[in-house]
Amino acid sequence: MSDFDPARIRDDFPILGQEVHGKPLVYLDNAATTQKPEQVLKVSQEYYSSLNANIHRGVHHLSQLATAAHEDARRTVATHLNAHRPEEIIFTSGTTDSINLVTNILSRSGKISSGDEIIISGLEHHSNTVPWQMLCEQVGAQLRIIPVLENGTLDLDAFENLLSSKTKVVSVNHVSNAFGTVNNVIHICSQAKAAGAITVIDGAQSIPHQVIDLQLLDCDFYAFSGHKVYAPTGVGILYGRYDLLAELPPWRGGGEMIKEVTFDHTTYNDPPYKYEAGTPNIEGGIALAAAFDYVNNIGINAINAHETRLIQYASESLSTLPGITLYGPENRVGAISFNFDGVHHFDMGTLLDQMGLALRTGHHCCQPLMARFGITGTLRASFAAYNTIEEIDLLTAGLNRALDMLR
Amino acid sequence: MTISEKQQELLDELNLFQDWTERYEYIIGLGKKLAEMPQELQTNEALIKGCQSQVWLDATHADGKMNFLANSDSVITKGMIALFVRILDGESPDSVIAADLSFIDQTGLKEHLAPTRANALSLMAAEMKKKAVEFS
Repeated sequence: MSDFDPARIRDDFPILGQEVHGKPLVYLDNAATTQKPEQVLKVSQEYYSSLNANIHRGVHHLSQLATAAHEDARRTVATHLNAHRPEEIIFTSGTTDSINLVTNILSRSGKISSGDEIIISGLEHHSNTVPWQMLCEQVGAQLRIIPVLENGTLDLDAFENLLSSKTKVVSVNHVSNAFGTVNNVIHICSQAKAAGAITVIDGAQSIPHQVIDLQLLDCDFYAFSGHKVYAPTGVGILYGRYDLLAELPPWRGGGEMIKEVTFDHTTYNDPPYKYEAGTPNIEGGIALAAAFDYVNNIGINAINAHETRLIQYASESLSTLPGITLYGPENRVGAISFNFDGVHHFDMGTLLDQMGLALRTGHHCCQPLMARFGITGTLRASFAAYNTIEEIDLLTAGLNRALDMLR
Repeated sequence: MTISEKQQELLDELNLFQDWTERYEYIIGLGKKLAEMPQELQTNEALIKGCQSQVWLDATHADGKMNFLANSDSVITKGMIALFVRILDGESPDSVIAADLSFIDQTGLKEHLAPTRANALSLMAAEMKKKAVEFS
């Protein structure tokens, strides 16, 4: 993209200008959370300085303005995801909250019972593992795992063998947070659907990096967090197919999710409100819409092309370092994970931090995946629109310097 | 040399280094100089719980003196526990229990460590004192 200029994008992110331990900050922990541009920070600030009121049912002016902004945000998110209608967009606190919402409404639905099976993959984050384990404990279902191949991709032949009439849910991530593996979720969803299973996609690591067209993916649920796509923490989305949302029972009870309450009986509201008990993160939702506006203003395809160039350059540069192991396939998205022979990832991360380089070390909330590769963790560099080729050169130089100290 | 004299000596050595790189190299070097801990002593029971990297500590008691052996899969962590071993090895259990280990705050190490790592320093000190209690 000829008009894509990361230097201009960096100007939008005030936090990136600071120094850490006397060195310019090189922020490469974007898969954990992205930084926020002025355009989003301004919307958050303006919400509280000029719009703040509780939404829905308020007769007064401010409440009506806040409600309109909140519902506008829902429409912006629906458009960004190409959902069928805005009522398919549920505001949550993040991916973890979204997935727990799905597992709890399925648990209450009676759709899954003893002897049924739920399929997840060996690449999952704990937040797409533990809620399903908890559901299995509740209803007596069995968890089945799609194995991970040596190159960090899923064994899709094994997946087909796992599918059966017992399969009630298939839940996988779109992009792996640990290795940057992109899963063929269109294929996975169509296979799962053919077996009659409900499909859930953890989109936490795909939403920042690529076009998400939910009508094309054709999944039943898609979950993500705002903070991984330049929005604040504490807001996320659960997309659910409307007819399923209408059919399934609510989970949390409280305000907004009801039509009528008596002490004898409560009737529930329609989707999405049925799943939004209590006052939501109003400012967060509006800021999330602003973050999507920001991304679309740059162009998600331009961001994708830039990040692809960064990650390819990173994998070529890192490959030259002695004793390095890179995990995952070559066509990674968002993140690159690696280790050095005889070097503990914590030691490397500690020394990189001294040089202003912010990377993540450890198991990345994927302990079963780490066990699969016989490691306790990795070093992970993960990228956003504001990262540059020069920062990858600093990373390579920093790794070389630290290797000299540690070996 | 008393415990406080040993601490002062260590601080003086660390203060020779202006640059963080040299300090870390010095600490990693201290770890490398630790007496080798036999593999059979690196058991689950010897692991210090709560550290993000694996740290094993073994203590014995002979002729009124404590002897510590330690190892870690992280060379920086190994260097950190080597700081404590250098101060406390060869001391009586009562001296270990009574030792004021606040010298670690003066090394500036904590400011350069992630909170999990800084916490590991306190865990190591506590574990060494706990071992001393067993022999006092």
